Amino acid sequence: MNHRVAIPSPLRSYCGGASTVTVACASSSPSLGDVLAGLERAYPGIRFRMQDEQGKLRPHIQVFVDASVQRNLAAPIPPGADIMIVAALSGG
Amino acid sequence: MARTAAKQPAGKRVEAPKRTRLLIATRKGLWTLTTDGARRTWKLAGPQFLGHIVHHAMLDPRDGKTLLAAARTGHLGPTVFRSTDNGKTWKEAVTPPAFDAGSGRVVDHAFWLTPGHASQPGVWFAGTSPQGLFRSDDGGANWKGVAGFNAHPQRKAWCGGDQDGTPDGPKLHSVLIDPRDASHMYISMSSGGTFESSDGGADWHPLNQGVRADFQPNPDLEFGHDPHCVRFAAGNPDRLYQQNHCGLFRLDRPATRWTDIGTGMPKAVGYVGFPMVPHPHDPNSAWIFPMDGTDVWPRISPAGKPAAYRTRDAGKTWKRQADGLPKSQAWWTVKRQAMTVDRFPVAGVYFGTTSGEVWGSRDEGRSWKCLAAHLPHIYAVEAV
Repeated sequence: MNHRVAIPSPLRSYCGGASTVTVACASSSPSLGDVLAGLERAYPGIRFRMQDEQGKLRPHIQVFVDASVQRNLAAPIPPGADIMIVAALSGG
Repeated sequence: MARTAAKQPAGKRVEAPKRTRLLIATRKGLWTLTTDGARRTWKLAGPQFLGHIVHHAMLDPRDGKTLLAAARTGHLGPTVFRSTDNGKTWKEAVTPPAFDAGSGRVVDHAFWLTPGHASQPGVWFAGTSPQGLFRSDDGGANWKGVAGFNAHPQRKAWCGGDQDGTPDGPKLHSVLIDPRDASHMYISMSSGGTFESSDGGADWHPLNQGVRADFQPNPDLEFGHDPHCVRFAAGNPDRLYQQNHCGLFRLDRPATRWTDIGTGMPKAVGYVGFPMVPHPHDPNSAWIFPMDGTDVWPRISPAGKPAAYRTRDAGKTWKRQADGLPKSQAWWTVKRQAMTVDRFPVAGVYFGTTSGEVWGSRDEGRSWKCLAAHLPHIYAVEAV
Protein backbone atom coordinates (compact mmCIF):
# COMPACT_ATOMS: atom_id res chain seq x y z
CA MET A 1 0.00 0.00 0.00
CA ASN A 2 1.35 3.43 -0.94
CA HIS A 3 0.70 6.56 1.07
CA ARG A 4 1.30 10.17 0.20
CA VAL A 5 3.21 11.98 2.93
CA ALA A 6 3.55 15.77 3.04
CA ILE A 7 6.98 16.81 4.30
CA PRO A 8 7.52 20.10 6.17
CA SER A 9 10.31 22.42 5.03
CA PRO A 10 12.71 21.58 7.92
CA LEU A 11 12.75 17.93 6.79
CA ARG A 12 12.85 18.35 3.02
CA SER A 13 16.66 18.20 2.88
CA TYR A 14 16.29 14.46 3.52
CA CYS A 15 13.95 14.04 0.52
CA GLY A 16 15.85 15.97 -2.10
CA GLY A 17 13.67 19.00 -1.45
CA ALA A 18 10.37 17.23 -2.16
CA SER A 19 7.31 18.61 -0.36
CA THR A 20 5.36 15.39 -0.89
CA VAL A 21 6.68 11.84 -1.17
CA THR A 22 5.08 8.46 -1.65
CA VAL A 23 5.88 5.82 0.94
CA ALA A 24 5.46 2.15 0.20
CA CYS A 25 4.33 -0.12 3.03
CA ALA A 26 4.34 -3.91 2.76
CA SER A 27 1.24 -4.25 4.90
CA SER A 28 -2.20 -3.58 3.45
CA SER A 29 -3.21 -2.00 6.78
CA PRO A 30 -0.08 -0.29 8.07
CA SER A 31 0.18 1.66 11.29
CA LEU A 32 1.49 5.21 11.46
CA GLY A 33 4.74 3.75 12.81
CA ASP A 34 4.99 1.50 9.73
CA VAL A 35 4.65 4.53 7.47
CA LEU A 36 7.37 6.40 9.36
CA ALA A 37 9.59 3.30 9.14
CA GLY A 38 8.97 3.26 5.38
CA LEU A 39 9.90 6.93 5.25
CA GLU A 40 13.16 6.16 7.08
CA ARG A 41 13.97 3.33 4.64
CA ALA A 42 13.54 5.68 1.72
CA TYR A 43 15.17 8.72 3.34
CA PRO A 44 17.68 7.59 6.00
CA GLY A 45 18.05 9.88 9.00
CA ILE A 46 14.67 11.58 8.70
CA ARG A 47 12.92 9.60 11.44
CA PHE A 48 15.26 10.48 14.30
CA ARG A 49 14.69 14.18 13.70
CA MET A 50 10.94 13.72 14.37
CA GLN A 51 10.82 10.64 16.59
CA ASP A 52 13.04 10.20 19.66
CA GLU A 53 15.03 7.15 20.72
CA GLN A 54 12.17 5.97 22.92
CA GLY A 55 9.86 5.90 19.91
CA LYS A 56 7.80 9.01 20.72
CA LEU A 57 7.08 11.83 18.32
CA ARG A 58 9.10 14.87 19.34
CA PRO A 59 7.10 17.63 21.05
CA HIS A 60 7.09 20.04 18.10
CA ILE A 61 6.29 17.45 15.45
CA GLN A 62 2.63 16.98 14.60
CA VAL A 63 1.17 14.33 12.29
CA PHE A 64 -2.20 14.60 10.56
CA VAL A 65 -3.84 11.53 9.04
CA ASP A 66 -6.27 13.03 6.57
CA ALA A 67 -7.55 15.95 8.66
CA SER A 68 -7.10 14.47 12.15
CA VAL A 69 -4.14 14.77 14.51
CA GLN A 70 -2.61 11.39 15.22
CA ARG A 71 0.24 10.89 17.71
CA ASN A 72 -0.37 7.21 18.36
CA LEU A 73 2.19 5.36 16.26
CA ALA A 74 0.18 2.13 16.57
CA ALA A 75 -2.90 3.71 15.00
CA PRO A 76 -3.90 2.05 11.70
CA ILE A 77 -3.77 4.17 8.57
CA PRO A 78 -6.91 3.85 6.44
CA PRO A 79 -6.36 2.85 2.82
CA GLY A 80 -5.61 5.88 0.68
CA ALA A 81 -5.25 8.23 3.63
CA ASP A 82 -2.99 11.25 3.16
CA ILE A 83 -0.43 11.92 5.86
CA MET A 84 0.87 15.37 6.66
CA ILE A 85 3.87 15.97 8.91
CA VAL A 86 4.00 19.43 10.45
CA ALA A 87 6.97 20.93 12.28
CA ALA A 88 5.34 23.39 14.66
CA LEU A 89 7.28 26.63 14.83
CA SER A 90 9.20 27.05 18.04
CA GLY A 91 12.19 28.87 19.41
CA GLY A 92 13.03 32.47 18.66
CA MET B 1 45.92 46.09 19.15
CA ALA B 2 49.21 45.68 20.99
CA ARG B 3 50.41 48.77 22.82
CA THR B 4 53.04 46.99 24.83
CA ALA B 5 54.83 43.95 23.60
CA ALA B 6 53.74 40.71 25.24
CA LYS B 7 56.57 38.32 25.93
CA GLN B 8 56.68 34.73 24.85
CA PRO B 9 56.87 32.40 27.88
CA ALA B 10 60.37 31.18 28.72
CA GLY B 11 61.31 27.66 27.73
CA LYS B 12 60.72 25.77 24.52
CA ARG B 13 60.42 28.00 21.47
CA VAL B 14 56.93 27.96 19.95
CA GLU B 15 56.38 28.32 16.22
CA ALA B 16 53.65 30.73 15.12
CA PRO B 17 50.82 29.17 13.10
CA LYS B 18 50.42 30.41 9.52
CA ARG B 19 46.77 31.20 10.12
CA THR B 20 44.05 30.97 12.73
CA ARG B 21 40.41 30.18 12.20
CA LEU B 22 37.68 30.67 14.78
CA LEU B 23 34.71 28.29 14.67
CA ILE B 24 31.78 30.31 15.99
CA ALA B 25 28.79 28.19 17.02
CA THR B 26 25.62 30.21 17.54
CA ARG B 27 21.95 29.87 18.24
CA LYS B 28 21.29 30.30 14.49
CA GLY B 29 24.16 28.54 12.76
CA LEU B 30 27.93 28.29 12.38
CA TRP B 31 30.26 31.05 11.22
CA THR B 32 34.03 31.25 10.84
CA LEU B 33 36.54 34.07 11.24
CA THR B 34 39.90 33.57 9.57
CA THR B 35 43.14 35.52 9.83
CA ASP B 36 46.74 35.16 8.71
CA GLY B 37 49.89 35.06 10.79
CA ALA B 38 49.69 38.79 11.52
CA ARG B 39 46.21 38.51 13.10
CA ARG B 40 45.39 42.11 12.09
CA THR B 41 42.52 41.49 9.69
CA TRP B 42 39.79 38.89 9.89
CA LYS B 43 37.41 37.52 7.29
CA LEU B 44 33.95 36.43 8.36
CA ALA B 45 32.33 33.54 6.48
CA GLY B 46 29.02 31.74 6.92
CA PRO B 47 26.52 30.81 7.94
CA GLN B 48 26.52 27.06 7.72
CA PHE B 49 23.37 25.37 9.04
CA LEU B 50 21.39 28.61 9.06
CA GLY B 51 18.59 28.32 11.59
CA HIS B 52 20.13 25.38 13.42
CA ILE B 53 21.12 25.75 17.04
CA VAL B 54 24.83 24.87 16.98
CA HIS B 55 26.17 24.25 20.46
CA HIS B 56 29.75 23.37 19.55
CA ALA B 57 32.02 22.83 16.56
CA MET B 58 35.46 21.26 16.72
CA LEU B 59 38.33 20.38 14.41
CA ASP B 60 40.08 17.02 14.68
CA PRO B 61 43.71 17.98 15.38
CA ARG B 62 44.81 14.47 14.38
CA ASP B 63 43.99 14.92 10.71
CA GLY B 64 43.52 18.70 10.52
CA LYS B 65 40.49 18.41 8.23
CA THR B 66 37.61 16.66 10.00
CA LEU B 67 35.13 19.03 11.59
CA LEU B 68 32.15 18.08 13.71
CA ALA B 69 29.23 20.34 14.64
CA ALA B 70 26.60 19.51 17.27
CA ALA B 71 23.24 20.85 16.07
CA ARG B 72 19.50 20.75 16.48
CA THR B 73 16.60 23.01 15.58
CA GLY B 74 13.64 24.16 17.62
CA HIS B 75 11.40 21.44 16.23
CA LEU B 76 13.72 18.65 15.09
CA GLY B 77 15.77 16.25 17.15
CA PRO B 78 19.49 16.57 17.81
CA THR B 79 22.21 15.51 15.42
CA VAL B 80 25.87 15.87 14.56
CA PHE B 81 27.10 17.16 11.22
CA ARG B 82 30.52 16.16 9.94
CA SER B 83 32.89 17.45 7.33
CA THR B 84 36.02 15.66 6.16
CA ASP B 85 37.21 18.51 3.95
CA ASN B 86 37.59 21.30 6.50
CA GLY B 87 34.05 22.57 6.15
CA LYS B 88 33.62 22.65 2.38
CA THR B 89 30.95 19.92 2.49
CA TRP B 90 28.99 18.42 5.36
CA LYS B 91 27.09 15.20 5.99
CA GLU B 92 24.85 14.28 8.86
CA ALA B 93 25.89 11.50 11.24
CA VAL B 94 24.33 8.17 10.29
CA THR B 95 23.58 7.38 13.94
CA PRO B 96 23.55 10.54 16.08
CA PRO B 97 24.02 10.34 19.86
CA ALA B 98 20.92 8.74 21.40
CA PHE B 99 20.24 6.92 24.65
CA ASP B 100 19.39 3.23 24.52
CA ALA B 101 15.83 2.37 23.57
CA GLY B 102 14.00 1.34 26.71
CA SER B 103 16.13 3.55 28.96
CA GLY B 104 13.39 6.18 28.98
CA ARG B 105 15.97 8.88 28.35
CA VAL B 106 15.98 11.23 25.36
CA VAL B 107 18.91 13.34 24.16
CA ASP B 108 17.78 16.94 23.83
CA HIS B 109 21.03 18.20 22.35
CA ALA B 110 24.66 17.28 21.94
CA PHE B 111 26.52 19.96 23.82
CA TRP B 112 30.24 19.19 23.86
CA LEU B 113 32.57 17.54 21.32
CA THR B 114 36.05 16.25 22.14
CA PRO B 115 38.40 14.50 19.69
CA GLY B 116 39.84 11.30 21.19
CA HIS B 117 43.42 10.45 22.03
CA ALA B 118 46.16 10.91 19.42
CA SER B 119 46.66 7.13 19.36
CA GLN B 120 42.99 6.52 18.50
CA PRO B 121 42.24 8.21 15.18
CA GLY B 122 38.54 8.47 14.45
CA VAL B 123 37.53 8.33 18.11
CA TRP B 124 35.41 11.24 19.34
CA PHE B 125 33.43 11.85 22.52
CA ALA B 126 30.24 13.87 22.89
CA GLY B 127 28.59 15.17 26.05
CA THR B 128 24.87 15.77 25.92
CA SER B 129 21.94 17.35 27.70
CA PRO B 130 20.45 15.62 29.60
CA GLN B 131 23.76 14.34 30.83
CA GLY B 132 25.13 11.47 28.80
CA LEU B 133 28.50 10.47 27.37
CA PHE B 134 28.74 9.14 23.82
CA ARG B 135 31.59 7.79 21.71
CA SER B 136 32.19 7.48 18.00
CA ASP B 137 34.89 5.21 16.57
CA ASP B 138 34.47 6.34 12.97
CA GLY B 139 35.04 10.06 12.95
CA GLY B 140 31.57 11.03 14.15
CA ALA B 141 29.47 9.02 11.67
CA ASN B 142 28.03 6.60 14.24
CA TRP B 143 27.67 7.19 17.97
CA LYS B 144 27.08 4.83 20.87
CA GLY B 145 26.47 5.58 24.52
CA VAL B 146 29.37 4.98 26.89
CA ALA B 147 27.63 2.39 29.03
CA GLY B 148 30.21 2.70 31.81
CA PHE B 149 28.80 6.13 32.50
CA ASN B 150 25.26 6.24 31.05
CA ALA B 151 24.32 2.93 32.72
CA HIS B 152 26.49 3.34 35.81
CA PRO B 153 24.51 2.20 38.87
CA GLN B 154 25.41 5.45 40.65
CA ARG B 155 24.65 7.82 37.75
CA LYS B 156 21.25 8.88 39.00
CA ALA B 157 22.59 9.45 42.52
CA TRP B 158 25.45 11.51 41.11
CA CYS B 159 23.38 13.57 38.69
CA GLY B 160 19.78 13.69 39.90
CA GLY B 161 16.94 13.69 37.39
CA ASP B 162 17.26 14.75 33.78
CA GLN B 163 15.31 17.95 34.50
CA ASP B 164 17.49 19.02 37.43
CA GLY B 165 20.12 21.71 37.19
CA THR B 166 20.96 24.21 34.49
CA PRO B 167 18.04 26.31 33.16
CA ASP B 168 18.20 24.86 29.64
CA GLY B 169 19.03 21.36 30.80
CA PRO B 170 21.91 19.77 32.72
CA LYS B 171 24.97 19.31 30.56
CA LEU B 172 27.86 16.88 30.40
CA HIS B 173 30.88 18.90 29.31
CA SER B 174 34.64 19.27 29.65
CA VAL B 175 35.48 15.80 28.35
CA LEU B 176 39.24 15.64 28.86
CA ILE B 177 41.48 12.86 27.56
CA ASP B 178 44.90 12.55 29.20
CA PRO B 179 47.39 13.00 26.36
CA ARG B 180 49.71 10.45 28.05
CA ASP B 181 47.07 7.73 28.46
CA ALA B 182 43.98 7.22 26.30
CA SER B 183 42.21 5.32 29.06
CA HIS B 184 42.52 8.18 31.59
CA MET B 185 39.62 10.61 31.24
CA TYR B 186 37.74 13.31 33.08
CA ILE B 187 34.20 14.54 32.54
CA SER B 188 32.30 17.31 34.28
CA MET B 189 28.59 17.92 34.64
CA SER B 190 26.57 20.97 35.53
CA SER B 191 24.52 18.68 37.72
CA GLY B 192 26.92 16.23 39.34
CA GLY B 193 30.49 17.52 39.41
CA THR B 194 33.76 16.25 38.01
CA PHE B 195 34.43 12.53 37.54
CA GLU B 196 37.49 10.49 36.58
CA SER B 197 37.91 7.21 34.72
CA SER B 198 41.12 5.21 34.54
CA ASP B 199 39.80 2.48 32.26
CA GLY B 200 38.58 4.27 29.16
CA GLY B 201 35.16 5.08 30.58
CA ALA B 202 34.21 1.63 31.89
CA ASP B 203 33.97 2.98 35.45
CA TRP B 204 33.98 6.42 37.04
CA HIS B 205 34.47 8.00 40.43
CA PRO B 206 33.75 11.50 41.71
CA LEU B 207 36.62 13.98 42.05
CA ASN B 208 35.16 16.96 43.87
CA GLN B 209 36.86 17.23 47.26
CA GLY B 210 37.47 20.85 48.16
CA VAL B 211 35.00 22.21 45.62
CA ARG B 212 32.22 24.26 47.18
CA ALA B 213 28.54 23.54 46.61
CA ASP B 214 26.89 26.49 48.39
CA PHE B 215 23.49 25.53 47.02
CA GLN B 216 23.47 22.25 48.96
CA PRO B 217 22.59 21.80 52.65
CA ASN B 218 25.91 20.02 53.11
CA PRO B 219 28.43 22.12 51.17
CA ASP B 220 31.24 19.53 51.46
CA LEU B 221 29.79 16.84 49.22
CA GLU B 222 31.37 13.97 47.34
CA PHE B 223 29.28 14.80 44.25
CA GLY B 224 26.39 17.03 43.17
CA HIS B 225 28.55 20.04 42.27
CA ASP B 226 28.19 22.43 39.34
CA PRO B 227 31.46 22.81 37.44
CA HIS B 228 31.00 25.24 34.55
CA CYS B 229 34.25 24.48 32.72
CA VAL B 230 37.28 22.30 33.47
CA ARG B 231 40.49 22.31 31.43
CA PHE B 232 44.01 20.88 31.50
CA ALA B 233 46.85 23.35 32.08
CA ALA B 234 49.14 23.80 29.11
CA GLY B 235 51.56 20.93 28.77
CA ASN B 236 50.63 19.54 32.19
CA PRO B 237 47.68 17.15 32.28
CA ASP B 238 48.31 16.67 36.01
CA ARG B 239 46.97 20.18 36.56
CA LEU B 240 43.30 21.01 36.07
CA TYR B 241 41.69 24.43 36.28
CA GLN B 242 38.00 24.73 37.08
CA GLN B 243 35.48 27.55 36.81
CA ASN B 244 32.64 26.43 39.04
CA HIS B 245 29.24 27.82 39.95
CA CYS B 246 30.71 28.44 43.40
CA GLY B 247 34.22 29.60 42.65
CA LEU B 248 37.56 28.96 40.99
CA PHE B 249 39.61 25.87 41.71
CA ARG B 250 42.85 24.11 40.74
CA LEU B 251 43.77 20.47 41.15
CA ASP B 252 47.36 19.19 40.96
CA ARG B 253 47.33 15.41 40.66
CA PRO B 254 47.90 12.99 42.21
CA ALA B 255 46.19 15.09 44.88
CA THR B 256 42.42 14.63 44.98
CA ARG B 257 41.52 17.83 46.80
CA TRP B 258 40.94 20.98 44.74
CA THR B 259 42.52 24.25 45.87
CA ASP B 260 40.41 27.40 46.00
CA ILE B 261 42.01 29.90 43.60
CA GLY B 262 39.22 32.46 43.70
CA THR B 263 40.33 34.33 46.80
CA GLY B 264 42.44 36.73 44.74
CA MET B 265 39.46 38.02 42.77
CA PRO B 266 38.05 41.47 43.68
CA LYS B 267 34.99 41.08 45.89
CA ALA B 268 32.94 43.46 43.73
CA VAL B 269 33.47 41.20 40.73
CA GLY B 270 33.33 37.83 42.44
CA TYR B 271 34.44 34.48 41.14
CA VAL B 272 31.44 33.32 39.11
CA GLY B 273 31.66 32.84 35.36
CA PHE B 274 31.42 30.21 32.66
CA PRO B 275 34.71 29.81 30.75
CA MET B 276 38.10 28.69 32.00
CA VAL B 277 40.84 29.08 29.40
CA PRO B 278 44.39 27.99 30.16
CA HIS B 279 47.28 29.66 28.36
CA PRO B 280 48.40 27.50 25.42
CA HIS B 281 52.02 27.30 26.60
CA ASP B 282 52.27 28.40 30.25
CA PRO B 283 50.77 26.01 32.83
CA ASN B 284 50.63 28.79 35.45
CA SER B 285 48.49 31.08 33.31
CA ALA B 286 44.77 31.10 32.50
CA TRP B 287 41.89 33.43 31.74
CA ILE B 288 38.35 33.66 33.07
CA PHE B 289 35.46 35.96 32.18
CA PRO B 290 33.44 36.78 35.30
CA MET B 291 29.68 37.27 35.33
CA ASP B 292 27.25 38.51 37.94
CA GLY B 293 26.28 35.65 40.24
CA THR B 294 24.72 37.77 42.97
CA ASP B 295 21.10 38.20 44.00
CA VAL B 296 18.97 36.44 41.35
CA TRP B 297 21.98 35.53 39.22
CA PRO B 298 21.65 37.97 36.30
CA ARG B 299 24.48 36.13 34.48
CA ILE B 300 25.76 39.26 32.75
CA SER B 301 29.01 41.20 33.06
CA PRO B 302 29.24 42.56 36.62
CA ALA B 303 27.86 46.14 36.69
CA GLY B 304 27.68 46.07 32.87
CA LYS B 305 31.48 46.40 32.69
CA PRO B 306 32.87 43.32 30.94
CA ALA B 307 36.43 42.23 31.62
CA ALA B 308 38.60 39.17 31.40
CA TYR B 309 40.83 38.27 34.34
CA ARG B 310 44.16 36.56 33.96
CA THR B 311 46.35 34.68 36.37
CA ARG B 312 50.07 34.12 35.82
CA ASP B 313 50.67 32.34 39.12
CA ALA B 314 48.29 29.39 38.91
CA GLY B 315 45.44 31.30 40.49
CA LYS B 316 47.04 33.08 43.44
CA THR B 317 46.37 36.47 41.85
CA TRP B 318 44.17 37.68 38.99
CA LYS B 319 44.59 40.82 36.89
CA ARG B 320 41.75 42.67 35.17
CA GLN B 321 42.06 42.96 31.35
CA ALA B 322 39.48 45.31 29.84
CA ASP B 323 41.38 47.68 27.56
CA GLY B 324 39.24 48.16 24.46
CA LEU B 325 36.13 46.52 25.89
CA PRO B 326 33.02 48.66 26.59
CA LYS B 327 33.49 50.70 29.77
CA SER B 328 29.83 50.59 30.82
CA GLN B 329 26.32 49.53 29.82
CA ALA B 330 27.44 46.27 28.24
CA TRP B 331 25.15 43.56 29.55
CA TRP B 332 26.33 40.48 27.76
CA THR B 333 28.18 37.48 29.01
CA VAL B 334 30.43 34.72 27.70
CA LYS B 335 29.32 31.10 27.84
CA ARG B 336 31.47 28.17 28.92
CA GLN B 337 32.66 27.14 25.43
CA ALA B 338 32.76 30.68 24.05
CA MET B 339 36.31 31.69 25.07
CA THR B 340 39.48 30.25 23.63
CA VAL B 341 43.11 30.83 22.75
CA ASP B 342 45.19 30.27 19.64
CA ARG B 343 48.64 28.70 19.69
CA PHE B 344 50.78 31.68 18.74
CA PRO B 345 53.90 32.21 20.88
CA VAL B 346 52.21 35.35 22.20
CA ALA B 347 48.76 33.91 22.53
CA GLY B 348 45.65 35.34 20.95
CA VAL B 349 42.62 35.22 23.21
CA TYR B 350 39.10 35.26 21.78
CA PHE B 351 35.57 35.22 23.10
CA GLY B 352 32.05 35.38 21.75
CA THR B 353 29.20 37.07 23.56
CA THR B 354 25.55 36.36 24.13
CA SER B 355 24.92 39.54 22.10
CA GLY B 356 26.66 38.12 19.02
CA GLU B 357 30.01 39.91 19.13
CA VAL B 358 33.40 38.25 18.76
CA TRP B 359 36.25 39.98 20.57
CA GLY B 360 39.93 39.19 20.20
CA SER B 361 43.28 40.08 21.65
CA ARG B 362 46.59 39.31 20.01
CA ASP B 363 48.58 40.36 23.03
CA GLU B 364 47.32 37.93 25.64
CA GLY B 365 44.44 40.08 26.80
CA ARG B 366 46.26 43.40 27.25
CA SER B 367 44.00 44.98 24.64
CA TRP B 368 40.83 43.87 22.93
CA LYS B 369 39.23 44.56 19.57
CA CYS B 370 35.78 43.64 18.27
CA LEU B 371 36.33 41.23 15.34
CA ALA B 372 32.68 40.69 14.38
CA ALA B 373 29.29 41.96 15.50
CA HIS B 374 25.60 41.33 14.87
CA LEU B 375 25.91 37.56 14.93
CA PRO B 376 23.33 35.51 16.82
CA HIS B 377 23.78 34.54 20.47
CA ILE B 378 27.17 32.79 20.58
CA TYR B 379 27.47 29.42 22.31
CA ALA B 380 31.02 28.38 21.45
CA VAL B 381 34.25 29.73 19.95
CA GLU B 382 37.15 27.45 19.11
CA ALA B 383 40.46 28.60 17.61
CA VAL B 384 41.79 26.00 15.18
